[in-house]
Amino acid sequence: MTNVTQADTAQKNAAQTTAAQALVKALEDLGVRQVFGIPGVQNIDIYDALYASSIKHVLARHEQGAVHMADGYARATGHVGVVFATSGPGATNTVTGIATAYMDSVPLVVITGQVSTTAIGTDAFQEADITTITLPITKHSYLIKDAAELLLALREAFYLARSGRPGPVLIDVPGNVATSPLCYSGSKGEPRLASYRPTIKGNARQVRAAADLLTQSQRPVILAGGGVVSSGAAEQLVHLAERLNIPVVTTMLAKGVMPAAHPLFIGQPGVYGAVRANAVLQHADLLIALGTRFSERVTGAAASFAPGAKVLHIDIDPAEIGKNIRVDLPLVGDVATVLNALLAEFDKRGVGDVPAHVDSNVQSVSGSLFEILANEVGEKPPAPTGSYPEQILDILDELLAKRDEVIITTDVGQHQLWASHRLNVSRPRRFITSGGLGTMGFGLPAAIGAQVAQPRAMVICVSGDGSFQMNLQEMAVAAVHKLPIKVALFDNRSHGLVRQWQELFLDGRFAHTLLNPLPDYRALAHAYGWAFRSLRTTGAAASGPTLSKRSVQQQLAWLLNAAGPALLHISIPTECLAEPMVTPGGSLTDVIARSAPTQPSGESGKERAHA
Amino acid sequence: MPEHTFSILVDNKPGVLTRVTGLIARRGYNIESLAVDTTEDPRVSRVTLVTSAEDVPIEQIKKQLNKLINVHKIVELTAADSVDRELVLFKVKATVDQRPELIQLAEMMGGSIADVGTDTLTIEATGSHEAIGALEDLLRPYGIAETARTGKIALARSRS
Repeated sequence: MTNVTQADTAQKNAAQTTAAQALVKALEDLGVRQVFGIPGVQNIDIYDALYASSIKHVLARHEQGAVHMADGYARATGHVGVVFATSGPGATNTVTGIATAYMDSVPLVVITGQVSTTAIGTDAFQEADITTITLPITKHSYLIKDAAELLLALREAFYLARSGRPGPVLIDVPGNVATSPLCYSGSKGEPRLASYRPTIKGNARQVRAAADLLTQSQRPVILAGGGVVSSGAAEQLVHLAERLNIPVVTTMLAKGVMPAAHPLFIGQPGVYGAVRANAVLQHADLLIALGTRFSERVTGAAASFAPGAKVLHIDIDPAEIGKNIRVDLPLVGDVATVLNALLAEFDKRGVGDVPAHVDSNVQSVSGSLFEILANEVGEKPPAPTGSYPEQILDILDELLAKRDEVIITTDVGQHQLWASHRLNVSRPRRFITSGGLGTMGFGLPAAIGAQVAQPRAMVICVSGDGSFQMNLQEMAVAAVHKLPIKVALFDNRSHGLVRQWQELFLDGRFAHTLLNPLPDYRALAHAYGWAFRSLRTTGAAASGPTLSKRSVQQQLAWLLNAAGPALLHISIPTECLAEPMVTPGGSLTDVIARSAPTQPSGESGKERAHA
Repeated sequence: MPEHTFSILVDNKPGVLTRVTGLIARRGYNIESLAVDTTEDPRVSRVTLVTSAEDVPIEQIKKQLNKLINVHKIVELTAADSVDRELVLFKVKATVDQRPELIQLAEMMGGSIADVGTDTLTIEATGSHEAIGALEDLLRPYGIAETARTGKIALARSRS
């Protein structure tokens, strides 16, 4: 009886709704609480429906910012980030954001407006073929030509975005489709896609083979990637490492899956990785790769990567198996599920005592291996105190260690590398960075998204002057929503990482990498209603810091305690390098470590700039 | 580089072919031939696609194609385990005197005459890629004015 009445009522109400209204209602039912976006003519009806909805909205200042916000929101929570953008330029502005999310496997649903179905293909005002444009950077996409297709597409989009290997999905909704009548008759559960069935459980025989490999190896190393985060496998990872006493290295995207203070945690490997972490990889006889795609930023020259190691690759995406690195034992499945099976297999076999040989491996890793490698490369390892900005980050790290909930976002460049080495993170989803695409301008909007997702967390964006200027319009959003985001802006008045390459490999010909000492960041902060302070340092990197630790502490403490959005401008010498780094095209043992700058002042030199 | 023939079952929806061919182009490979039409199930189309690549990248292409949501199934077909056909139309220059020998030639090679013009003959033939190549070699001396080929279609052989 009740069901019939409810159905009748739903039918009556539904008869009066538009597809735009049905869409927003469906989003509510899908659990969406937050949308980021910008309205325009072709999505105006979707926005009109949103007006009456309980879903919250953050108005970005640029669609790229909106996508990075949704991305930061998704990375901080694991939920699907949702974006609304209009047709044409609104849609094309989302491209960099979508590509960023695609490369780092972040679940997003981007809903764009499109010109009306009758105008598609006529080069109408603000028409862009966004589904085609985004083909290579979306997990899937839909162009909705008939309102009847909309709700199924929406449910599929959310399912696709968050299941299997997560990723962005785009739905293009023409304006006249949005205004078509459409019934919404409630959620229908998980959609079924005949051609999409991600493998979750690992093959039992492969699991047993993996257990064999693990127990037989002498120097195993776990390489954990972003898949450990999206799978929620941090706990299993630590169990596995502790059970067999295996050292762990984590990629930049996996930072935090193992507590930084854990004795088995070695650090971050890669071409800008820690020498210790690279040393462990290069000396391993078994590599247990978890949810990682062996990016060339991690492996260096693939041919000489982990030369003595058998590779056990556990990943949910079968296309990653053997893509960049030869794999000895593939195990396709969800990392957490597979690790549970592997741990159960060890239970069954009674494996769990710490084998002595593995233990000695850990000892050598924490001590002599580093020295061995340093001798091998014929370079002195960089001073443990680090470069000047690294010392500032060490102080920041001390201050952040006293806080409970901290989320760090970064932009892309030297500051990102310094931050990834120096800031300790002990939980997943607490270090948010554009790893794969390397999108400058990601940090600030991602911080906004993370802060919206976790209002009580302290969100700090470590940025550089080059990156920050790529999306600084989003400062307005933080101010309007009173989001207490902290930006630590490392200003070396250059595109520092490119400048570093020019210094090291192009004979100091600084072609267009030096930025003028502009803007006036104090005035900028003021213009957007942000609190501002400056930490000014002088002198070359080699001569060491000219500020006392105490004054750095004071300024950083001011930043962390600011009630609203705050910018700490940190002027650093232009010639500070991100070290150590592996030579371009070299293997992980080909480390360049320079102890002193070759140029006393980066501002002079062989600069060529636009007149 | 060796040729690889894929038989791909996909959703019969707009844009699906773009997804398939775009993916191959993005990874830097050329499509040698392509044939598409619906199957016994009108919701599903079969794409028969021939591309040249070494074995390692071809494995990667296959896996990436499998990731497309609209791709249901992808099988690589080899000459030994499949039957394949191609339909071709050759418009061959032919004087009135040459017609009889060309007609005979076409019939000997399993072809037939699709159209007759004042100074051309259009020969239709169905066969394997190699058989059609042989016919083409025989017709070339007469002068081939135009060619249209469907591209290879193929099905796995039934196990007897």
